[in-house]
Amino acid sequence: MSDVVEKTLSALPSLLSLDSQAGAGKLSPSSKLGNLIKGITELTSKHEEETLIKKELESIKEQVASPNTTMRQMKEIMVRAIYCEMLGYQASFSYIHAIKLAQQGSVLEKRVGYLAVSLFLNETDEFLLLLVNTVLKDLQSTNLIEVCMALTVVSQMFPKDMIPAILPVVEEKLTHPKEIIRRKAVLALYKFYLIAPNQVQHIHSKFRKALCDKDPGVMTASLHIYLQLIKENPESYKDLTGSMVTILRQVVGGKLPLDFNYHSVPAPWLQIQLLRILAYLGKEDQGTSEMMYDVLEESLRRAEMNHNITYAILFECVKTIYTVHPKSQLLEKAAECIGNFVLSPKINLKYLGLKALTYVVQQDANLALPHQMTIIECLDHSDVIIKRETLELLFRITNAQNVTVIVEKMLEFLRLTYNVWFIQTMNSVFSLGGDVMQPDIPNNFLRLLAEGVDNVEDRQLRLFAVDSYVSLLQGETAKLPQRFLQVISWVLGEYSYLREEESDPGSVMRLLARLLDQRHTSTETRSWVLGAMTKLCSSPVYTAIYWQNLHCYSTERHWLYKTKCLSSLFKLYLTTLIFEVDLIISCLSWLWCCFIPQVDSSLSFLDGYVSDALAAGAAPYKSPHQRQEDLVQEKALSLEPYGLSLPVSLSSCSITDRRSPTLLSMSSGLSGNSTELSHQEGSTTLKLEGVKRVWGKDGYLAQQQSAGETPTPLVELPSPLLSPQSPPSQKPSSGLEPDQEKRQLASSLFVGLGSHNSVCLVRLPSTVWLFIKNCQSANQSNVVKSLFKPFYINSCQSALHNLLDSTTVASEGGAATTTTPQQTSQRTLDHTTSNGNPHVEGTEQRVEAGGPLSLIRGNGMVAVVPPRDLPLTSHLPAELSGLARSEFTPLCSDQDSSLALSACRVYKEDALVLLVFISNNNDSALHQMVLQLTCKELEVYIFQTGLNNKVPLFFSEIPVGRSRNQDRNTRVSSNRDLEKPRIFCESFRNFCSPPLTVSTGDYGKMWLSFSHDLKQNLRLVTTEHQEPLTATLDALKGKLHLHVVDIIGSEGIVACRLLQGPGQGQPCLLHCRVHADSLAVWLRSPVPELPDSLLYHCQKALTET
Amino acid sequence: MIKAILIFNNHGKPRLIRFYEYFAEDVQQQIIRETFHLVSKRDDNVCNFLEGGSLIGGSDYKLIYRHYATLYFVFCVDSSESELGILDLIQVCYITLLYTYHLQVCYITLLYTYPLQVHFILQEVVMGGMVLETNMNEIVGQVELQNRMEKSEGGFSAAPARAVSAVKNINLPEMPRNINIGDINIKVPSLSPF
Repeated sequence: MSDVVEKTLSALPSLLSLDSQAGAGKLSPSSKLGNLIKGITELTSKHEEETLIKKELESIKEQVASPNTTMRQMKEIMVRAIYCEMLGYQASFSYIHAIKLAQQGSVLEKRVGYLAVSLFLNETDEFLLLLVNTVLKDLQSTNLIEVCMALTVVSQMFPKDMIPAILPVVEEKLTHPKEIIRRKAVLALYKFYLIAPNQVQHIHSKFRKALCDKDPGVMTASLHIYLQLIKENPESYKDLTGSMVTILRQVVGGKLPLDFNYHSVPAPWLQIQLLRILAYLGKEDQGTSEMMYDVLEESLRRAEMNHNITYAILFECVKTIYTVHPKSQLLEKAAECIGNFVLSPKINLKYLGLKALTYVVQQDANLALPHQMTIIECLDHSDVIIKRETLELLFRITNAQNVTVIVEKMLEFLRLTYNVWFIQTMNSVFSLGGDVMQPDIPNNFLRLLAEGVDNVEDRQLRLFAVDSYVSLLQGETAKLPQRFLQVISWVLGEYSYLREEESDPGSVMRLLARLLDQRHTSTETRSWVLGAMTKLCSSPVYTAIYWQNLHCYSTERHWLYKTKCLSSLFKLYLTTLIFEVDLIISCLSWLWCCFIPQVDSSLSFLDGYVSDALAAGAAPYKSPHQRQEDLVQEKALSLEPYGLSLPVSLSSCSITDRRSPTLLSMSSGLSGNSTELSHQEGSTTLKLEGVKRVWGKDGYLAQQQSAGETPTPLVELPSPLLSPQSPPSQKPSSGLEPDQEKRQLASSLFVGLGSHNSVCLVRLPSTVWLFIKNCQSANQSNVVKSLFKPFYINSCQSALHNLLDSTTVASEGGAATTTTPQQTSQRTLDHTTSNGNPHVEGTEQRVEAGGPLSLIRGNGMVAVVPPRDLPLTSHLPAELSGLARSEFTPLCSDQDSSLALSACRVYKEDALVLLVFISNNNDSALHQMVLQLTCKELEVYIFQTGLNNKVPLFFSEIPVGRSRNQDRNTRVSSNRDLEKPRIFCESFRNFCSPPLTVSTGDYGKMWLSFSHDLKQNLRLVTTEHQEPLTATLDALKGKLHLHVVDIIGSEGIVACRLLQGPGQGQPCLLHCRVHADSLAVWLRSPVPELPDSLLYHCQKALTET
Repeated sequence: MIKAILIFNNHGKPRLIRFYEYFAEDVQQQIIRETFHLVSKRDDNVCNFLEGGSLIGGSDYKLIYRHYATLYFVFCVDSSESELGILDLIQVCYITLLYTYHLQVCYITLLYTYPLQVHFILQEVVMGGMVLETNMNEIVGQVELQNRMEKSEGGFSAAPARAVSAVKNINLPEMPRNINIGDINIKVPSLSPF
């Protein structure tokens, strides 16, 4: 190398001097090609390149069309055109000029012309016919260069039909004195043979002559032909074996001129050719093979391992040795050779070694044995090609014993590379093919992903797909075809869970959401995306995003979204059970909206009819809504004819502005199986339960229910007035098992409501019905449970709230609830349990009444000790069991305590009875128990019913309150003060009790008949969960035990009755209407003082809340 | 048979494309893109052969490439060609190019400035998909012969011809035998400053 550099350096001065001139001419700024190339290399974007090339092509077009363009200029233009074509821009207008240049130019220009033609045109191009004559002329030219050029272009491409025209001339060239011409002629003929084998059949003898040409170059060229011929038909050329062997021996023996040496190896390419030919000849032919053993051996021996090219020869040699009839001695040497390849640190050689091994193990699998370790190493090679080749090799040596391991390895390889490859390929197919591709391609792709067992391999494939799509989506998505986006959505929806553990779970959802937001995303794609998001909803993290988006798209008008959203929603319900009540409600209301656009609500087809009618003098149409509003306004303005306003259809009244009818019908639909829903809905909308259906579209409905069946508002009755508290822990009173308590509460809350829920106001869309049915059949219990969970809790809270309210009131009576036993002794209901100790002192039953015991009808108290394993209801005293009563409220029950106290109220016609149940929590029977009840102005009855051995004692006490403002305290004390749960018994201050149960119809009649009225504004109670009106009325109901007859929109009607006093039994009616921030109350009663007094209590009650 | 010779730079920009089998224009561009995609992902320490593509000729198709600094020389061949043989042929082409034209010009600009000349050289090496000449001297001689004609015409490509004759003057025919071609891509940059 060093001497080369030296020589180069010595020659430099002349070179540089030459070059300074040449370079100036070549790359001068004025050179258009130079400018073009320079311009293009400076460009950064494809778009800029396009612009520049377009401009360039325009200028070329102009110039080639100009008659003044000289051939020399044309040549320069052609170079530019070639450059543009190379970059992929068509310059078809210049083709004809290229031919012209080849035809007419000087040698130099002709050369460029031929080159351009061979680059621009193909064999089938009609332009080529124009070239035939030129080629013919040039072939016959005396100028060697012209002949060479013609032969070159002929071998590059020549119209098949025109071969006969020039064939004789080319044949002639085989005898040309110049070897380069002969060589090119041989190759041209070979080309003809490839294109049209029949036409060169007759010159096979000339090929043989070429093979024996004195010039090795021509001989080499002719080997191309023979390789092809022998490959096609080895039998016909067996006679050439000898010649080939001789040639090879000469070449290997270094008989060729030194010029043919390459890296001191004599004519390596020629050797390779010859070895291949020998392989074809000797294959499965012992006789022929024997002729070549010697030369093969010599080849092996001569090929010293010093360069790539010798390895090339060796490789061919080995292949030949293993192809021809085997000779063990040679095979051994060849195997040794293979070892050199395989063990070579050069990766190319390793590759070839593996290839050779693959080839040879077909004959002798044992050959692979010495290279086991190398093969194993290659399996883990970083180069995929090497791995692939190794697997190919393994495939060849697969047998019954190793098949499992090998298949495993292959699968591993597939997983590592072909997953990647497959997904990547499909990615590029999708992004390039885009929307023009057949729809079944993405479908098949998806099927492929989805199919198959859920093994590791499949999962890897999917995971890779998901990962690649996520990264795709993280980039610019605007250019991705819609179909690809759809595929992406599907895959992400199905298989995102696979990557969940390793990334932020919301990320996929966000990416999809981003896709939804983008303007270029088509409608169809959006629905795919929505579908994917629905599938992802199983995780709560996703849900929020999903919901947000669903809401966004609820405003979209396109029907396709709606259908998709709808089905998404159903899927969501059925599969994931996400039950946020608010979400469901809003979603259902939205769903309802979905159906509206199906109808031509404008009734445009009636336009003609309407205009006719109007012309005839008819009144302009008012929509039902408008008419209702009119009516409502009427009602608001004048409440006097209350009855008149009643015919307003319930359905229209009950629909508040924001709630759709679907919501209501949903509730009633569901309540067919589970009555709870009505309650839940009741918290936000109209209470349908407990209201008799008295209004129809045509006015009143006939009273169908007897008074006894009139539902009693059980839920919101005043609490049992006892607030249990255990001093050591100050924990809330609900001492029963929470679940049990809830269940109990639920059953008590919703019991008996079913019969009142059959009111179906609005026909549901059938789809919604279906959905509901599905819910009920499939997942009913879950659905119901989940649906009502929030409400469950609310109810519990409200129950608790009621209890606490009572406590507050109690403290008002003179002492704080948390005061010491001494302070509150007069007002507490103490009870000491026997605490598992059956030997409690005192067997007497003592009743200490704080006040004079007088049997006064009215409020009272009953203490009952029921067995715990029977429902409390079964222990109701017979005389009370038929009456309306509140739920059983546990008053105090410690975990530890063996006694549980519960209470309930029973509404007698003329009295309120407080029942206190004492139940034994122990398994052991109670033998002795002291119960001390202290009360003032309460009548205590002791009932002793249904005894069993567990509950020996049964006390009951009915204290009766004399007047509404008197405190009545009951005290139950035992002989033991330890661990005394104190229960505060609140004084009854129920204004009216029992409630005046009245139907809306009766109310209307009564309202008109009463003379004393009073109007006053009260403050509204606001809570989070309820409408202000409902909340206020509930509060009143809770405090004062008023009966809420009905709530219609922003109005409510309430009834009550005076229990005691002079006007006993007299009713008082209230009409409440929400007016701005206050509640306008209008009271009417036949008793003059009653409205006043009631109003006072109302104010007081509302202030307390 | 050689199906195509592609030369592109590290960014996939074609510097020379020569197809010996007919492909439509867009298919050609796709082949270039895909080939670049395949080749550019491969490290320099992996083997120079690629198989398994399907663009040209189905399974009977392999890519043999060399990467010189900024240029990829890719030969798309069928199974009748020897891998190592073609690999060395690329080397021969490259060195011929360098020694014919680029003693003075930094080889990075190789194909910017002489697209035509490279075509002519390749024409002498590969004719119609067949290896015509593997001897560098012969190649240089042929190209020189043609260029001499240009020189006499004082044409467009006179300068390279002069360079060639200068190379001839330094007794080029002996050079190939002394050059360790395997090292050329290391040694060549040291020549470029001139």
